[in-house]
Amino acid sequence: MIDRDELLHVARLARLALRDDELDATAAELSTILDHIATFDELDLGGVEPTAHVGDVDDSLRADEVHASLPRDIALAPAPAVRDDGFLVPSPQGE
Amino acid sequence: MPEELQALSAADAAAAIAKGDLGRGELFEHYRARAASDELNAFTWVAESMPESVDGPLGGVPIAVKDLFCTEGIPSQAGSKILAGYCPPYTATAVANLEAAGAPILGKTNQDEFAMGSSNENSAYGPVQNPWDRSRVPGGSSGGSAAAVAAGLAPWALGTDTGGSIRQPAALCGIVGLKPTYGAVSRYGMIAFASSLDSAGPLTRNVTDAALFYRNLIGRDSADATSVSFPEPIALPTSERLDGITLAVPAALVDGDGIEAGVRDSFEAALETARGLGATVVSCEIPSAPYALSAYYVIAPAEASSNLARFDGVRYGLRVDATNLDAMYTETRHDGFGDEVKRRILIGTYALSSGYYDAYYGRAQRVRTVVASELSAIFQTADFIVTPTSPTVAFGLGERTADPLAMYLSDLFTIPMSLAGTPAISIPSGLSDGLPVGLQICGPAFSENRILGAAHALERAIGFDGSSAWSAL
Repeated sequence: MIDRDELLHVARLARLALRDDELDATAAELSTILDHIATFDELDLGGVEPTAHVGDVDDSLRADEVHASLPRDIALAPAPAVRDDGFLVPSPQGE
Repeated sequence: MPEELQALSAADAAAAIAKGDLGRGELFEHYRARAASDELNAFTWVAESMPESVDGPLGGVPIAVKDLFCTEGIPSQAGSKILAGYCPPYTATAVANLEAAGAPILGKTNQDEFAMGSSNENSAYGPVQNPWDRSRVPGGSSGGSAAAVAAGLAPWALGTDTGGSIRQPAALCGIVGLKPTYGAVSRYGMIAFASSLDSAGPLTRNVTDAALFYRNLIGRDSADATSVSFPEPIALPTSERLDGITLAVPAALVDGDGIEAGVRDSFEAALETARGLGATVVSCEIPSAPYALSAYYVIAPAEASSNLARFDGVRYGLRVDATNLDAMYTETRHDGFGDEVKRRILIGTYALSSGYYDAYYGRAQRVRTVVASELSAIFQTADFIVTPTSPTVAFGLGERTADPLAMYLSDLFTIPMSLAGTPAISIPSGLSDGLPVGLQICGPAFSENRILGAAHALERAIGFDGSSAWSAL
């Protein structure tokens, strides 16, 4: 079970605003899903190693050479707000 | 002649173009006109004219591309409002490989938002209709790609499969869908859902088309550290027999509750056909399969919650103006993401949060190990595992939207292979009450040539004809 307070905490961690009238239904849906997920507690997993990734990633280092990157104007073009040479965001402290 | 053009498979069209019997522009315009008059909502963008294309083995046969792939200067919205109108500054490697092989982009196809869904109803751009019955879903998340190919609006399409998102819509739309070995296809430029599971692959009218498409899709990419060189070239399949081949059927899973009778009948008939081609059918067990679903619905949301952190209103996409930075983030994400995406971000964040990590994420990763080792053990004595692709035929639009858990259970047969990173194909096994049923053929890592061969033999013997789903010419 996940209650309103716990949901608000998780939403905070996820940087996701939730409205008051969304909380109960969302908490109920998540609880149903988490209850189903918890059926895997029936499995005995003693001594089983976790798998984070199925493949072998053994050649992930490239040569340390300088490459061209996206030109700044192209990287900034899709941004909602730009000032000078950077992405413009509201102040963390507020207006 | 439109009827004659339409009847050509993609491989046949490529051959006709190579021989000079068919013009690239003529083929492109045939499909462009059909895609532009799409009534299924399969496309989110259609090219206005044929882009410049190069000579290559794909011969100018155009591709429909799932909107999850970045395509330079072309809207790439991943089914999400948060990316409305977004035109990326670069093209995904998978798409670039196909373009380099001579396939121009016909259009972008609708999908569940960020590939999260099994019905294509989680798209900010509206649901897609199944061409076999327009009151039903095409499956998902590559629902637009599957519907476009099944309705004859595109010769073939590129999709992605994280837990079944190529195979299940292929099954529900009566076409072929191949989910590759993890890493065989570069993920660079594919908008990330669950990085350890995401695989790009073809949705096609037949198995030969899938092989031709796939051989031009694969390859190691320095921009994706998890991509690998495929150990052998992909051959065009010619097998007509299954002599000496052992097919393993996970009996408890296939006999379980929730499998429709018509699906089971079609599956049994396909097994009989396989025996007639010389195959031996044996029974096997994947005891962890029911728990694989649980593990998947922890791992995929956990990875998604991290991957989707990038959508914050700063660099691209939607921004909701607010008086401070934190409110801008949280309000942008509230307004920009749909319900299912929010649900999975919350589940994933919860599963990774302090105090729950071991109970959920850690446990899910251990279940993943068990699933992979059970599949591997079966492949010691059997060539392939075969199952129905989906427990049901296409369900009605709106039928399952109120119950997320019931929707998740659609993925029962496809998820074990996703967790193990092993390849699987879905081919049509027939119809149940006029709706297509898919047969899933799964093999060990890098067994795509053998899978395509077996699928080809079965396809010929089954003789499925999907042309009745082509919308009127």
